[in-house]
Amino acid sequence: MEKEYAIELKQVTKCFGDVIANDKVDLSVRKGEILSILGENGSGKTTLMNILSGIYSPDTGRIFMDGKEVTIRSPKDSFALGIGMIHQHFKLINVLTAAENIILGLPGKERLKMNQVIDEINSLTQKYGFELNPTQKIYDMSVSQKQTVEIIKVLYRGAEILILDEPTAVLTPQETKKLFDVLRNMKNTGKSIVIITHKLSEVLEISDRVSVLRKGKYIGTVETGASTAESLTEMMVGEKVSLDINRDEPVEPVKRIEVRGITCRSKEGNFALKEISFTANSGEILGIAGIAGSGQKELLEAIAGLQEIESGEILYYAPEGNTEKISEMKAADIRNLKINLAFVPEDRLGMGLVGSMDLTDNMLLRSYQEGKYFFADRETPKKLALDIVDKLDVVTPGVDTPVRRLSGGNVQKVLVGREIASNPRVLMVAYPVRGLDINSSYTIYNLLNEQKKKGVAVICVGEDLDVLLELCDRILVLAGGKVTGIADARSVTKDELGLMMTSSKRGGHKHG
Amino acid sequence: MAKEISFAVRDRLFRMAKRSTLPWHRAWLIRLIAVSCSLIVCALIIVAITKQNPIDIYLGIIDGAVGKSRRIWATVRETLVLLIIAIGLTPAFKMRFWNIGAEGQLLMGGAAGAAVMIYLTGIVPGWMVLILVFVASILAGMLWGLLPAVFKAYFHTNETLFTLMMNYVAIQIVTVCIVFWENPPGSNFVGVINSDSEIGWLPKLFGLSYGWNLILVLSVTIGMFIYMKYSKQGYEIAVVGESSHTARYAGINIKKVIIRTMLISGGICGFAGAIIVSGASHTISTTIGNGRGFTAIIVAWMAKFNPIVMILVSFFLVFMQQGSIQIATQFGLNENASNIITGIILFFLIGSEFFINYKLEFRKQAKEVQG
Repeated sequence: MEKEYAIELKQVTKCFGDVIANDKVDLSVRKGEILSILGENGSGKTTLMNILSGIYSPDTGRIFMDGKEVTIRSPKDSFALGIGMIHQHFKLINVLTAAENIILGLPGKERLKMNQVIDEINSLTQKYGFELNPTQKIYDMSVSQKQTVEIIKVLYRGAEILILDEPTAVLTPQETKKLFDVLRNMKNTGKSIVIITHKLSEVLEISDRVSVLRKGKYIGTVETGASTAESLTEMMVGEKVSLDINRDEPVEPVKRIEVRGITCRSKEGNFALKEISFTANSGEILGIAGIAGSGQKELLEAIAGLQEIESGEILYYAPEGNTEKISEMKAADIRNLKINLAFVPEDRLGMGLVGSMDLTDNMLLRSYQEGKYFFADRETPKKLALDIVDKLDVVTPGVDTPVRRLSGGNVQKVLVGREIASNPRVLMVAYPVRGLDINSSYTIYNLLNEQKKKGVAVICVGEDLDVLLELCDRILVLAGGKVTGIADARSVTKDELGLMMTSSKRGGHKHG
Repeated sequence: MAKEISFAVRDRLFRMAKRSTLPWHRAWLIRLIAVSCSLIVCALIIVAITKQNPIDIYLGIIDGAVGKSRRIWATVRETLVLLIIAIGLTPAFKMRFWNIGAEGQLLMGGAAGAAVMIYLTGIVPGWMVLILVFVASILAGMLWGLLPAVFKAYFHTNETLFTLMMNYVAIQIVTVCIVFWENPPGSNFVGVINSDSEIGWLPKLFGLSYGWNLILVLSVTIGMFIYMKYSKQGYEIAVVGESSHTARYAGINIKKVIIRTMLISGGICGFAGAIIVSGASHTISTTIGNGRGFTAIIVAWMAKFNPIVMILVSFFLVFMQQGSIQIATQFGLNENASNIITGIILFFLIGSEFFINYKLEFRKQAKEVQG
């Protein structure tokens, strides 16, 4: 079979100030193939795709389509050339139906024939194997259905090249499988598909070829069949990285935190948590899985004393033998209780740290009340900051740099470092490696494991099921604010977890 | 690391890029250039409108502000009042509590001080009247700061509207007081209080009329600088201002911090009222604030809440104001002429902050860099 290129990029460079986001990148997409673009955060994947979709224009370099040179000056040009981009964050209008969203912004005749549009959409969905009811309103849809609408929107406009930015980040394993089936169908009809991702298992499963970027540079393109997770990681990181997480058996686990039937309401008055019960043990990592927004945030904040609890109680069993009812305490009281409850929240710069303050002042956040003097002691926090910078290899000009200036991975190291420094007995982390590169991620996993070895009860909310399965001892699954299962991480499968994640989803799976 | 903010989706001729950091001397160089540019623009406008020699006008302003020792002291006195109000606003603003009620807080402080001078003179010793003037003023300012703080902390009311409206309540209260205190009767003015005995007046210090004003205001200024920078409470204020989520996370009692900080803020603004009544005007009217409660907001912002820088900023603004009175009489110009000059200088100064934080990059340069 002749391999024609649908689109070719030659020596494309794009700079933002002093930062070179793309440095002489070559990229070619064949007709009828699925190409994965793999790279860590900050490697220039998204910039490259934004060049293709007309949001940025390259500083230098040339773009060819079907062998002819083209210039893409705006998203409109990009559309006219048949390039369709599906963004990570959907751009849909909630109160309109799927069909209305799909034709939104298209030029039409004076009289809109909705039935005809719906027929056209139905024929598209049948052709590629989507499941979609065109007359369903967006607010009634689950995340994966919304994604389907986004994909059909670009297909309806006649896109020949589809670019998907992290399409599986919000999907369960089952939904991911369905998406991949559809993508394969599209490929077979000659469409070209580009997927931006950092999940290696999916890259290996779906794509024909993989192009790797590293720090803005184009590293190379390989056939998926000829590569392994290890070889791709090596291309991505530039060195050999061990992808195994050591998992020791928990040593003498004892009950540390017990949650008994807690129920919480969100600010809007809906139930955020319903009748949640579980225990967290010392020397063990308890994973919490679930689709985003299933109550993970509220659960951790309830334990930390930051969320009002409507009913139920949370108990803390101290190693000294006493039991404390922490559900009745405020955050400040829990801290004074010598639990040293460490909490790494999801929103690092909005909750765990103060972005405009420097490292020293951020260390002070936990200890500023120590001492009887009117003035705050900044010497100890400064030593702690220097210590963390040294031990965790934080890349920063100094401890007096505002943390906002640091990269995501370094921000997280500062936050985790501070929380661990308090010698906690309970450590809660939410999405600890989100936005981090592979090396930083493994640094964080190792830190969690170290704490586990020290006998700390670790609670870890995660989104990557593969990682949770490798890292945790037990996994609790939340769906719609309820516990839908607590599984042994050593024996449960990804599919079983996926089923638990969707088991009580409300109104999500109505297919017309 | 430079972060990009594009003017539009397609970057064409130039784009703004955030500067990483600028050495302080280069930042001040940019500000100096801005002031020079503004003076040139002012000169052009002066020539165009008044046909006067701009150099003469500038000299007139300088003469009016610091030309004679009496004028220097007037400038110093006004600077101190503006400065102390800005200092009062600092902790509230640092907490992102938009206290625009300084005018009302200082008016209430002034009224309470005047009340002490009027009713307690002759009942308690003179030195005690003076002390009570300050105590009463501070307490009245605190009350005026406390009310919006309590409503903000417990009912999440909008502090901007609340503090603004409290200004009008204060003006009405003072209007009523003047009815009782007017001297001579029927004049609708409270003349100079205790003009013979000078009881409740800030005395001269080392022969300087405003010596005590200087000492008191500068010590509060330095105290505020230390409080904000080194104290635990100052740290709490900064955290609450940056993010209430982080404050909750750190176990800070946000309600307590809001109320405590507004007591301080209102208290210092009330203290400013005492400085005016006891230390400068020795009388009370609804206009003792003269809009300085609002001008002080500009001072606090331009100084980026640094009390030490506020000394310079408030001096500059008062300098221009005092100068304007002089050029109004000397050249027969409207007093607004100086406002125009001040406005142009401020425009350039604030505008220069953009060039301190961002740099413009032209596309040609970008290509040269890559060769």
